[in-house]
Amino acid sequence: MIEIENAHKSFGNLEVLKGINLNVEKGEVVTIIGGSGSGKSTLLTCINGLEPINAGRIRIDGTEVHAKTTDLNKLRQRVGIVFQQWNAFPHLTVLENVMLAPRKVLGLSRDKAEEIAVKQLTHVGLHEKLSVYPNRMSGGQQQRMAIARALAMSPEYMLFDEVTSALDPMLVGEVLDTLKMLAEEGMTMICVTHEMAFARDVSDRVAFFHQGVMAEIGAPDEIFGSPRKPETQEFLGSVR
Amino acid sequence: MLDTALTWNDLLFLGQGAAMTLAVTAVSVAAGTIMGIIFGVIRFQAGPIWSMPLMFFLDIFRSVPLLIQLVLGNALQSIAKLGWPPFTTSCVVLSLYTAAYCTEIVRGGIASVPVTTRRAGRSLGMTWGQDMRYIVAPLATRVSLPAWIGLTLGVMKDSALVLWLGLIELLRASQILVTRLQEPLFILLICGAIYFIISFPIARLGGYLERRWSPHD
Ligand SMILES: Nc1ncnc2c1ncn2[C@@H]1O[C@H](COP(=O)(O)OP(=O)(O)OP(=O)(O)O)[C@@H](O)[C@H]1O
Ligand SMILES: [Mg+2]
Repeated sequence: MIEIENAHKSFGNLEVLKGINLNVEKGEVVTIIGGSGSGKSTLLTCINGLEPINAGRIRIDGTEVHAKTTDLNKLRQRVGIVFQQWNAFPHLTVLENVMLAPRKVLGLSRDKAEEIAVKQLTHVGLHEKLSVYPNRMSGGQQQRMAIARALAMSPEYMLFDEVTSALDPMLVGEVLDTLKMLAEEGMTMICVTHEMAFARDVSDRVAFFHQGVMAEIGAPDEIFGSPRKPETQEFLGSVR
Repeated sequence: MLDTALTWNDLLFLGQGAAMTLAVTAVSVAAGTIMGIIFGVIRFQAGPIWSMPLMFFLDIFRSVPLLIQLVLGNALQSIAKLGWPPFTTSCVVLSLYTAAYCTEIVRGGIASVPVTTRRAGRSLGMTWGQDMRYIVAPLATRVSLPAWIGLTLGVMKDSALVLWLGLIELLRASQILVTRLQEPLFILLICGAIYFIISFPIARLGGYLERRWSPHD
């Protein structure tokens, strides 16, 4: 379970998160929508400790992320994240990209790591690309590889930050289908997205962020069907 | 052969000079590169302000002419009663000279690795060291290689200046023969050819590695 309690985050004088409270249960899919600069990406990077927070608390299965005693490298093995920009390791083949962390971080043998990597790459439909270098693949394929790479660590939680928004429209579908498949398999996920149809389809709950505040959260039908806050109504009006 | 007074023994003498050039270059480039990597990482991690003392120290080696560095280095070691032979003094000075340039090459290579790529590594649970070793090092090496090859070739040519400390390297050996045989053109031609033969494989190594890595980028 991910517990976010009154999380505050500032960059210099700019307060980006103004007291976020959110609990995500095991097996739940929460999507975050909201305007540019509302703090969605920042929240995800705070959840896996890539950014410190200024006040409040974030706990993952009871472990406080920002406590000094927490081993973040250990914690991150349980929380996968995929970013908007596909961040392949360009000097490694697709298979090596996925094998690297299981081998070096988890200390698995080459054979075991390869077995896991092949399984995850097959899962996202890239079993024919094992020995290809990332620059020879489309953005959608690279993004699916990044998902497989995160999954190879067997995380219990996955964070997705607008994983389709840097893709050609034609390639968005294949990546969203991969996310849907994970959601159906019961992965606990927080997805930041601009794809409203996708949010409506897969989410257990949808959170709307506005200027560093979680303005509204609820079932997809509530948020998309009968939003209560005027900001939410305005935002949804603008993206339709 | 040509009408020359050059004997096989003289050629052997030139060969020994070339061996000295190679030895000084190899030791200095190896030690200078190791120091350059250490300093470059410190420089990158510490940022411009904290690494100022280090950069000031290295700037001395980049701005003072190498000849003066060698002569001063030799004087210093004798004042400090270190008792270093000229070979050691030459290698120490040339290593620091190499390190001063290598530091910037390494720093630039590290800086060329996108933050987002490194973030992806860290978010998989890699430690700083693992990120450096498995992601930053290979990518930075590709970027830095051409400049490093250039530095190595430059140091090899600059190493001729160690003749001022009395070492008989390739250029000094040629000079001695020129003085004795009075055939400057012919001997310098051979000397230049030997420099070329030494440099050629190093320069080709760069091209070879770049071609090997090209499918990745
Ligand atoms: N590392 C940083 N340093 C300084 N300011 C930052 C940094 N990261 C983000 N910000 C600022 O924080 C604010 C929130 O950024 P964030 O990336 O969380 O927004 P977002 O909701 O993800 O927006 P988008 O939909 O455009 O991705 C923005 O104003 C941004 O400029
Ligand atoms: Mg964002």
